Amino acid sequence: MFKYLFARSEDIPEGSAAVYFGFSAITWFVIGTGLGAFNASKLAFPDFVTGLEFVSFGHMRQVHVHAVIFGWISMAFAMAMMYMTSALGNTKLWSEKLGIWNAFLWNVGLSLGLTLLWSGMTSGREYSDFPWFIDLYIATFMTIPLGINVWMTVINRKTQGIYTTNWFFASAVFMVSIVFIVGNLPEWFHLTGLTEAYLTWWFAHNVLGLWITPVAAAIAYYTIPKVTGNPLYSHRIGHLHFWSVVVFYSTPAAHHLMSAPLPEWLKSFASVEGVLILVPAVAFVSNILLTMQGKWNMFVENLEIRFTVTGCLMAIPLNMQGGFQQTRAINWYIHGTGWIVAHAHLALLGFSTFLEAAAVYLGLQTLMKRKLYSLTLGNLHFWFLLIGFTTYWVSMTIAGLIQGAGKIYEVPYIDVVMAEHPYMIARWIGGSLVFVGNCFWLYNMWMTARAGTVIPEGRMAHELAYER
Amino acid sequence: MVNFREYKIGARFFGLALGGSMTITLFMPSFDLRNVNATEVALDKQLWAGHESGFSLDDPFLTGEHRPVRVTLKTDPKTGQPMASTVAYVYPAGTPLPNGVDHPDNLGNIVEQLSRDKGRIGEATKSQGAVFLLSSEPQGDGSKQFYIENASATKGWNPEEVMKAAGDENTYHASYGKAIFVREGCWWCHTLLPEETQDWQVFGAPPMLGDFNGESPTAFGSDRKAPDILHVGSRNSSREWMMLHFFNPRLVQPHSIMPRFDYLWGPIDDKGQKIDFDKWRAEYNEYVDGKRVTPPEVPMYASNSDARALIDFVLSLK
Repeated sequence: MFKYLFARSEDIPEGSAAVYFGFSAITWFVIGTGLGAFNASKLAFPDFVTGLEFVSFGHMRQVHVHAVIFGWISMAFAMAMMYMTSALGNTKLWSEKLGIWNAFLWNVGLSLGLTLLWSGMTSGREYSDFPWFIDLYIATFMTIPLGINVWMTVINRKTQGIYTTNWFFASAVFMVSIVFIVGNLPEWFHLTGLTEAYLTWWFAHNVLGLWITPVAAAIAYYTIPKVTGNPLYSHRIGHLHFWSVVVFYSTPAAHHLMSAPLPEWLKSFASVEGVLILVPAVAFVSNILLTMQGKWNMFVENLEIRFTVTGCLMAIPLNMQGGFQQTRAINWYIHGTGWIVAHAHLALLGFSTFLEAAAVYLGLQTLMKRKLYSLTLGNLHFWFLLIGFTTYWVSMTIAGLIQGAGKIYEVPYIDVVMAEHPYMIARWIGGSLVFVGNCFWLYNMWMTARAGTVIPEGRMAHELAYER
Repeated sequence: MVNFREYKIGARFFGLALGGSMTITLFMPSFDLRNVNATEVALDKQLWAGHESGFSLDDPFLTGEHRPVRVTLKTDPKTGQPMASTVAYVYPAGTPLPNGVDHPDNLGNIVEQLSRDKGRIGEATKSQGAVFLLSSEPQGDGSKQFYIENASATKGWNPEEVMKAAGDENTYHASYGKAIFVREGCWWCHTLLPEETQDWQVFGAPPMLGDFNGESPTAFGSDRKAPDILHVGSRNSSREWMMLHFFNPRLVQPHSIMPRFDYLWGPIDDKGQKIDFDKWRAEYNEYVDGKRVTPPEVPMYASNSDARALIDFVLSLK
């Protein structure tokens, strides 16, 4: 890939940027989940590796979070954008060279940022932990160049209308840049106190609501119709989904701080808007599942469809939790407990990851023109991810309910820690399964590039039978 | 094709929707938050915590450079005469000033005006350093209004004299301690936010609206895996307990899942002797296996170690 950094744009094979992003994303996924599993082991067995500053839990937790959000999820998004935007515009990516540089600078910046975080150089703000110069780097060399490439590809499209997926892509790359710049105002201007706390959660809420959730959904709007051959069930419901994301998902930031002394009107407003997140959620899930009509056999037979539909199904519990857990009636019980950790993993490791994994599987096969090397490894990947995640989610939800009960009945905290111990072990086992599954995936994709059956001109990857 | 009519309308509605949401969630709350007057808690905290506890150019690696200290004075730094115990916040030359002093609109109108007119905070400079006091003025209704007093201007105290008059045993490195709290990720488990709906009996009163002015970062924490410590200094003020607990939490709480922070001791103890961590761990393992009756002795931390600053910080959380 590095040889293309200084090649002329027309000499770079189509799809190179997407392939570069795709393999980077998988590699960060292996790293991020490996760190997650290691961190989980320390919560189960605190003396496992001890006495070294750089492998202490407090130094590694944020590295895990940022490796999966900005490494795995966001690079998988960029990968999907690099090939879906142009395919849906019936054109080429605006600039392969910009894409290659984008992926290269993304890896460089993320490696640097994670190294600094690991060493303890942090702003001390959850989800915007990077020091401000790394935030500036992310906006300048990661999100804005990606946005330019996506926007120019949409503008130079050869179709009259713009398909659903591309509305989401174009608006999300714009919104994530705004969220980055506004959400880091406390660091640019050294804002303090409640303003700082509120903006920290404004960022955390919107980076999920205006970047991860809509882009993940947009990917499913491409994958399902493309692989099943069915047209999208309803363009109108797509509209409803899009506009309700912009209106309802951008407002409830304050519901993350329901127990803090923020203005009461703001908390009530955020809570009501938070329930309305169910509107885009219902629109999305129904639209995707109805598009599957007549092709449900592919849920069993095709790996990409299986991943995507599983992700969509996980959006149902995700949004039922998300809509209601932030209301005062429920939030007082579960706020700050493992329930929230389970919910966050349902969003990122359940819903979103399964949709992106499908996009990366589909994209890499299509762009490299090679059929997936091994269905067996693909199946192992799917089941390790699903069983690992489910183990994690169930154990953390139970641990969260124990913590919640301990909290409201004012049980001595150490009794809560002791009661949670078995669930911490389960959490570690679940995380380790996810990590092992991802190692299979990286190997499988590497072998697909080297030894996958060549897909003949004019055929699509899913039309060929699996061979192993 | 860009000029397709639907997209013009759509783009305008998009701007309206996103702009509207920003107005409601950012612009409108800023009026409420700006009008908050700093409480005594907030003034005390920002004076001992200093300008920034996370990454800043003054202390990029969070290793304790350019940090203020809190001291308890028993003698007047000018005359050397005994006086009533007084808490002072010392900012040596080159230390960035607290946010209420160098940031406008940070303390609320009432506190800001008092601090400027009576406390003369406008005369403090980073290059000269300053000593601050938390002062109060009685109000008509019998309550007290707290403000920041720049003792360098009102009393002529300079940082070196005050540090010398206080002595090492009455000096608290809580500002550096908070930076360690952020750097070591303590806040991933120990929240700083007792919740409004419960938590009162065990973790103490939830913070009030004006308790945060000038604090950066607030580091509330969201994922509580350990007790809330906003008021821990009121529950447990034992340095010895803290020392054992940081070195190896299992010494005082066998079921704790907190990591060991023995590396904050650094290479040497308070007498300048090298600490033999391998020997300590081997002996501790023998104790865990039942081959020893008592665990090995925890070395006393050096007065300039990270462990001391972190304990100073934890004990200032009242």
